[in-house]
Amino acid sequence: MTTATALDITAIRADFPILGEIVNGRPLVYLDNAATTQKPRAVIDALVRYYETTNANIHRGIHALAVRATAQYEGVRAKAAAHIGAPRPEDIVFTRNATESINLVARAWGDQHIHAGDEIVLTVMEHHSNIVPWQLLARRKGAHLRYATVTDDGHLDLDQFRSLVGPRTKLIAVVHASNVLGTINPIAEIATMARAFGATLLVDGAQSAPHLPLDVQALGCDFFAFSSHKMLGPTGVGVLWARPGLLESMDPFMGGGEMISIVKPDASTWADVPHKFEAGTPNIADVIAFGAALDYLAGLGMDAIRAHEMNLTAYALDRLRTVPGLKFHGPANVEDRSGLVSFELESAHPHDVSTIVDAYGVAIRAGHHCAQLLMRRLAVPATNRASFSIYNTPGEVDVLVEALNHVVEVFSDGDRRAAV
Amino acid sequence: MAIAEPQFDDLYREVIIDHFRKPRNRGTLPAPTQHAEGMNPVCGDEIMLDLDVASGTITALAFTGQGCSISQSSASMMTERVAGRTISEAEQIADAVSAMLVDGADPAAEIGHLEALQGVAKFPVRVKCALLAWKVLREGLDQAKSPAAV
Repeated sequence: MTTATALDITAIRADFPILGEIVNGRPLVYLDNAATTQKPRAVIDALVRYYETTNANIHRGIHALAVRATAQYEGVRAKAAAHIGAPRPEDIVFTRNATESINLVARAWGDQHIHAGDEIVLTVMEHHSNIVPWQLLARRKGAHLRYATVTDDGHLDLDQFRSLVGPRTKLIAVVHASNVLGTINPIAEIATMARAFGATLLVDGAQSAPHLPLDVQALGCDFFAFSSHKMLGPTGVGVLWARPGLLESMDPFMGGGEMISIVKPDASTWADVPHKFEAGTPNIADVIAFGAALDYLAGLGMDAIRAHEMNLTAYALDRLRTVPGLKFHGPANVEDRSGLVSFELESAHPHDVSTIVDAYGVAIRAGHHCAQLLMRRLAVPATNRASFSIYNTPGEVDVLVEALNHVVEVFSDGDRRAAV
Repeated sequence: MAIAEPQFDDLYREVIIDHFRKPRNRGTLPAPTQHAEGMNPVCGDEIMLDLDVASGTITALAFTGQGCSISQSSASMMTERVAGRTISEAEQIADAVSAMLVDGADPAAEIGHLEALQGVAKFPVRVKCALLAWKVLREGLDQAKSPAAV
C-alpha cells in the first residue's frame, strides 16, 4: 500500500476515547462511519465546557452568558460556511439533521415553486431522506417524480439522466456521494443540466461533507444539505446551505420564537435570514460542539483526509478481493468513490455476516441502508458495508478480512468444513 | 492484551447451516387451504407459507422466501416439526419456541431439533429473524380456525 498520507493516524486515534473500547473481548474496529462517526475528545470537551461555563439562551439575553453563548453559536456558521466554500455565513441554517434540511427545502421552497404538472428529477441512488420529502411535495402539488438510474458499474447513467431533464423540470435533487455504492456524482455536470432549463438543484452532501474538499460555488448547486454527526460532531445538528438570496425569497418553515420580527394578532413579520428558519431555541450546545468538529477537520485538512481514505479504500478493495465468493458494488476506480465499500458474500446473508464479524469486535452495517430503490436496482435484498474515517487503519481492514474468511468457513459446505 | 476467541458457535449450529443450505419443504403446495406471508421490513427477511389443514390437522406445509440463515432455517425446521400435528399441538410448539427465544426458557421436549435455535436468544437483534416463520404459521392457523374457513 502507498502511504502518501500526511495524517498521523496514531495521534488521531489517541484523540478518540471510544477507540479504546473492548467489544466482545476484542479491540473495537469501527467501520460504520457512514452511519455515524465517533467523536474526538475536543468535541466531547466542547459540550461539557459549554454547559459548565457558557449555558444561556441565545439572541435574546443582555447578560454576559447570553452574549457569550450567542457569539459561540453564531461563530459556527462561519466555520460551516468555510467547510463547504460558501461565501456568506448567513446562508447557513442549522437544523436537526440532513433529513430536516431537505424537508425544510421541500416545504419552504417547494410549496412556493412546485405546481401541478411540474417534474422533480431524483436518482435511484438516493437515501430515503432525499426521496420521501419529494414524494410528499409531489402529492401536495400534483407534481411528478422522475428517476435517473445507475449503470452496472455504479455510476449515474448521465445519458438517461439528461433525457429526463426538460422544460417541466423544476427541481433536481441528487446525492453527492452514495451511502451504498460510494459513488461520487458529477454535480457540476448535473448543475449544467439544471441551469439549461432553469431548474433548481439540491445536493444531499451527508456522505461527502465528511470526506471531500468542498466548494459549493464550483459545484453550482442551489441547496446543499449535510449533517454534523457523520463528520465527528454531535447528533442533533444538520446544516442547510442555500445560494445567496434564496433564503430571503422563501417563506418560513416552522413558526415560533426566534424566527419573527414583529408579531401582531393576525400576522407577523419575519426575522432576517438565517434566523427566519430557526424557530424556537436551537440545539445550542451541539452546534457549538459541531464547531469543534469543524475545527478538528480543518486542522487535519480535507485534502489529507481524502488522501488517507482513498488509500484505505484501495487497500480494502485489494484485501477484500481475496475473500472467496465476495462481490463488490460500486465503481472500480477509487477516484470515483468515497471511503466506503459495499459487498456481499455468496454463501452468507448480510445479517449473518454482520453478526459473525461483530464477534471479532468489527462494526459494519448490514441492511438496505435506507436505499430500497437502489437495492431493487442492484437486485439484492441487502448488502454489507464497511465505511472508513480518519482514524481507521489498514490493520483494521485486515481484522475485517480475517473475520470474513471465518464467515466463509462457517457457511461452507460440510465437506469443506471438515477439511478446514 | 489477550484476544478473546470469537463466540458465535452457539448461534451457528451445524443443523442451522444445514437447513439454510438445504431447506426442507421449500416450494409451494398445489392447492393450499391456507396461505400466509410475513416480512421483517428492517432486515428484509420474508417467508411465504402454504398450509394444508384438514379436520384440524396440518397435513402438508411448504415455504418460500429469502433472508438470513436464522430466518430460513427456522422456517425449514418448523415445516418438519409441525407436519402431521393438530392445530393446537402446532400452537404449543410455537409457544415453546417463543418461550425459548424470548424468555430464555429451556427448550421444551416437543420442539425437537428446533432446540438448535436456542443460541439465538443470546443475540436479541436476531430473535425476530427466528420468530418470523412462527408468526406466519400462527397467522395461517388462525385462518384455519376462523369460521369462514370451516
